[in-house]
Amino acid sequence: MGSLTKADISERLFEELGLNKREAKEVVESFFEEIRESLSANEQVKLSGFGNFDLRDKRERPGRNPKTGEEVPISARRVVTFKPGQKLKEKVEMYTDLQTH
Amino acid sequence: MTKSELIERLVARHPDMPIKDVEAAVKTILDHMSEALARGDRIEIRGFGSFSLHFRAPRVGRNPKTGESVPLGPKFVPHFKPGKELRDQVNVD
Repeated sequence: MGSLTKADISERLFEELGLNKREAKEVVESFFEEIRESLSANEQVKLSGFGNFDLRDKRERPGRNPKTGEEVPISARRVVTFKPGQKLKEKVEMYTDLQTH
Repeated sequence: MTKSELIERLVARHPDMPIKDVEAAVKTILDHMSEALARGDRIEIRGFGSFSLHFRAPRVGRNPKTGESVPLGPKFVPHFKPGKELRDQVNVD
């Protein structure tokens, strides 16, 4: 089991699409930057086939410092959630079949 | 932002790259990420976040129409954990 990084993705753009290494690296970098910028402007991101990145506003709720046991409120915040698309879910189910049969 | 809007923004950002290269790059990036998850690999994008699979134990579900019990097998579902930079960036007022 490995872990895919931006460097692996750039390498693939270089090998498969023939982008030069600099372009490949830059376009991967901007791909994630554009998604981040859209989310930070409170704009949902919908990548059909892969999934949606949504934003949710959470109210303040009670929390606790796990070390000291002291009660500390968790402040209201906006969080990013990811909802996988149908195609991605189906692909991952095939992995499930490999693991369980 | 949809996939085609993302492509437009990337085209604007990389004026010296042919549009078809940008389109192909977006498709290849998403395919590569989906394939990694389909193999059970993690994805770690620094400053953005990580994707991994979460296990769901088998359970008995119900057909909402008929109320009939349906056994559901174990499965893995994709999960995304936003990285610190992304968390901080969406959370500024």
